[in-house]
Amino acid sequence: MLSFLGHRILIAVPTIFLISIFVFAMQKLLPGDPVLALAGESRSPELLEFLREKYRLNDPLYVQYFTWIGNALRGDLGVSLRTQQPVTELIAQKLPVTLQLAVMALIIAVVIGIPAGIISAYRKGTWIDWLANIVALSGLSVPNFWLGIMLIMLVSVKLGWLPASGYQPLSEDPLQSIRTMLMPAFVLGTGLAASLMRHTRSAMLSVLESDYVRTARAKGLNERTVVLKHALRNALVPIVTVTTLLFGELLAGAVLTEQIFTIPGFGKLVVDAVFNRDYAVVQGVVLCTAIAFIAMNILADAMYRVLNPKMRDQ
Amino acid sequence: MLRTQKTLALAALLMLGASWAHAADLRIGLAEDPDVLDPDQSRTFVGRIVYASLCDKLVEISPALEIVPMLATGWTWSDDGLTLTMTLRDDVTFHDGEPFNAEAVAYNINRSKTLEESRRKSEVASIASTTVIDATTIQINLTKPDATLIAQLADRAGMMVSPKAAEAAGVEFGLAPVCAGPFAFKERVAQDRIVLDKFAGYWNADAISFDTVTFLPIIDPTVRLANLRAGDIDMLERLSATDVGSVRGDSGLQFEQAVSLGYQGITVNVANGDLANTPLGQDSRVRRALSLAIDREAMNQVVFDGVMAIGNQSFPPNSPWYNAAFPVQARDVEAAKALLAEAGAENISIEIQTTPDPVNQQLMQVVQAMAAEAGINITIVSKEFTTQLSDQTAGNFQASQIGWSGRVDPDGNIHTFLTCAGGQNDSKYCKPEIDDLLNGARVSNDSAVRKQSYDAAAAILAEELPIIYLYHQTWLWALSDKVQGYVPYPDGMIRLQGVTVTE
Amino acid sequence: MTALAQTPSDTLPPRAPNRAWARMRRNPVALFGALLVGFFVCIALLAPLLPIPGPAATDWGAIRKAPSMQHWLGTDELGRDVLSRMIWGAQASLLAGVVSVGIALGIGIPLGVLSGYVRGWTDAAISRVTEALLAAPFLILAIALAAFLGPSLRNAMIAIGLSAVPIFIRLARGQTMQVMTEDYMESARAIGLGHGAIIWRYILPNIFPPLLVQATLTIATAIIAEASLSFLGLGQQAPAPSWGSMLNTAKGFMEQAPWLALWPGIAIFLVVLGFNLLGDGLRDALDPKGR
Repeated sequence: MLSFLGHRILIAVPTIFLISIFVFAMQKLLPGDPVLALAGESRSPELLEFLREKYRLNDPLYVQYFTWIGNALRGDLGVSLRTQQPVTELIAQKLPVTLQLAVMALIIAVVIGIPAGIISAYRKGTWIDWLANIVALSGLSVPNFWLGIMLIMLVSVKLGWLPASGYQPLSEDPLQSIRTMLMPAFVLGTGLAASLMRHTRSAMLSVLESDYVRTARAKGLNERTVVLKHALRNALVPIVTVTTLLFGELLAGAVLTEQIFTIPGFGKLVVDAVFNRDYAVVQGVVLCTAIAFIAMNILADAMYRVLNPKMRDQ
Repeated sequence: MLRTQKTLALAALLMLGASWAHAADLRIGLAEDPDVLDPDQSRTFVGRIVYASLCDKLVEISPALEIVPMLATGWTWSDDGLTLTMTLRDDVTFHDGEPFNAEAVAYNINRSKTLEESRRKSEVASIASTTVIDATTIQINLTKPDATLIAQLADRAGMMVSPKAAEAAGVEFGLAPVCAGPFAFKERVAQDRIVLDKFAGYWNADAISFDTVTFLPIIDPTVRLANLRAGDIDMLERLSATDVGSVRGDSGLQFEQAVSLGYQGITVNVANGDLANTPLGQDSRVRRALSLAIDREAMNQVVFDGVMAIGNQSFPPNSPWYNAAFPVQARDVEAAKALLAEAGAENISIEIQTTPDPVNQQLMQVVQAMAAEAGINITIVSKEFTTQLSDQTAGNFQASQIGWSGRVDPDGNIHTFLTCAGGQNDSKYCKPEIDDLLNGARVSNDSAVRKQSYDAAAAILAEELPIIYLYHQTWLWALSDKVQGYVPYPDGMIRLQGVTVTE
Repeated sequence: MTALAQTPSDTLPPRAPNRAWARMRRNPVALFGALLVGFFVCIALLAPLLPIPGPAATDWGAIRKAPSMQHWLGTDELGRDVLSRMIWGAQASLLAGVVSVGIALGIGIPLGVLSGYVRGWTDAAISRVTEALLAAPFLILAIALAAFLGPSLRNAMIAIGLSAVPIFIRLARGQTMQVMTEDYMESARAIGLGHGAIIWRYILPNIFPPLLVQATLTIATAIIAEASLSFLGLGQQAPAPSWGSMLNTAKGFMEQAPWLALWPGIAIFLVVLGFNLLGDGLRDALDPKGR
């Protein structure tokens, strides 16, 4: 296991390196002089030149890159060009928000998706299976920003049940915090529930038709025990690994959701930064997200290896 | 016995009174997240809204745009216009307890001039030095007469920050600003909220009735209004024009408006690089034809439900600086076609750049449809704001739909755009007569003299049209009906002095 | 579907197209999906021929009118007929879906097959780059690329296509490696076939089915991505209609004209559902284990 982890981490390093180059290049290629946006209305040449010097925009690209990477390795990701706030601070502020959203969405997805998948697999071929499949695919097909707008109109404006936007940190007011996140988490979670349901279904199906389960049935165990105790436990392996990967997709899906519901999280931060040419923020955030994603992948693979041997007795 | 009863009654009354004075928090929805909270470095319109509550200025404006005292009690100009002497209040302290005095003013002006990141340099360019006469008198020495200076001191250049805090924080002052306004900075979470606490030592504390003010940037106007309706905020700025009808019809909401000081129009590239070589850029008749092809009333009705103020000059029609001899022309497609024929430019194509936001897109589509009937085929090129600005400066455009939020002094709405060396003159329009007129208007303190200059300039510009003015934004505020005493100002700022909330 | 290659060995698992086709026909869900897709493709192609007003025909007197006999789906904020804009918008959405996936396939398949076939340093390099691209969130990538290229439908398609390339590289690579382990590959090499012939006659036809399934499903994702980019202002530009940009404008009028947000959303939902059902049906039909 250790050698496996070591090997994976080792090959992750050049990947992360590549990501950093890639994200840096992307930023630099974006049209629009960031200094002009920074200078605002007073565009005196001295000010523009001063800003270029200050943010080292006159240096050759490779120098800029290595300065950034060098600082990043020491934990300094630069400052936001817009508000002077250090990027690491911004990330520390925003990450818990998106994390809360992601966790709530994941809970909703698991609560809806896994039972639906189990039932669908168990009742394969019946109208229940067929219906569940359609509903799942519908969940995947609805554009989540549209769903978000519809929900805001219905739930916040017409019914007044939930706040339309904004965010309350968990530490300050847990109930209000959950209320503000409920709609966005629902929007994100439904798409994921669909995905999760389909994966659960296929995992359960391959297990239910396996020798292992046939043995359990032959032993005379009742259906409920067979399904819930034995089949599910084995099907959980691919489900858990898929969930870990879906977490990464969640971060991506949060982008539009956060825009619509005005949740000050990672997604909103990076979209706004791209539009404002706030280089340091985009570079820092994408790098962190990418590292987290790679870590999730390694974790998923490791968990699969750990749990896999148990499957061997099929 | 009686005394105990009296004491008890008194205690009960006091407690009753105290419960009435419970924490009042005002929540304001902003259309964008402000940038850095340092008056010398700040460059956004929305940042100024926060400053209205955070940082007091030397002078203030009245809703009728007169300059009135704020931190300064009075001012006089020397005869040659080179010295401005201001007397200051003696009862003002900064949020950190430091006293406000002439030395503080001197420090502030120096900071605006010399801080490397300062965006105020061009606004205080005419100030050579300051002289502290005594604790409450300061003398500002100019290099040349400047009629615009007083108005500049009613904006960010005149906002006073604590010298002690500014010296200590340097360029990072914006992370924890210390000023002398009614509210002190408490905390800021980027893109989420800015929270200000009531400053107990405020010189005008009686006018303030809130304990905290929270600014919440909510970019989407629909969501912003939804928040107001749901009671999550108490007021918002920049209501969507098409929501005005619904707010007016809502008994739980109020509506306020004020015509802005700025403009929205199409800036034409007349001499900025190769892309100026278009019929539009080279021939003023083509520009006049485009202007004639547009039905501004209909445009206003379709895109804004008639809420904006249509215009054709740098200043809105209700401004004292507007030249009434050149009113907004009604649409005249025949005249437009005639002009185009004269210029040999029938059926031309031009590209007009604008941002992808829905309102601007609608606006340009209306203009596109109207211009097509006169034989001008417009292609709308969408660029995000940063790119648009960059391309404009670099001359990488034929025409650009862009606006200006407006300044109190008329000079601030015209000089930088239309003088040969103007900092924001992206069209590179250059006419010596205009330079003379506008530079002359800057120098005289006599309104009548200035009006003459601006009128003469308007006459020339009406012929040349380097900027085809379309309309002047109307600032639109929606408030909960619990908010009383709000006064709309043409500069779009939210001033909380005198505003109260009833339960 | 592709014509099947002639194979000298009969250890090749039978993948007769007829059998797959028959399975598809028996699958009502997949047929429903095909129907949906077919419907939208038809109206997109027939748009110029239909007796509807032009999508850019403004009418200042008919702003934001509710659905009526004159305008079946109502009018938008500039008085244009919504039904017409919906039909023409289908072109933008379908084009976006198909072209972006086309780009992704065109770059992804060669790189993936190369990587899986040649192995060694080439594979390592391509894999690292692919992982790097996959680690960046798809939408962020697309947004940045679209911002870089400039807002337009063409650039949005390029941006989405490029963002989807790593998915196909990984799939093509994985499938290529799997095919390489099959018995008939040994025979092919034994009879002295060159690399080109092997790839063309053995690898490509065998990796085609899962790629087709993935392509269909990715078209669905691409359509939503185009709608998302248009929603952010980075896709199809005015006055040309696109369902995503129609939604973007519509959200400003939720109170005055709620139907404006309804139709584009439903259309996106239906066409994406169609592709998802079709993709699922294809997967079930082409999968020899048949679930």
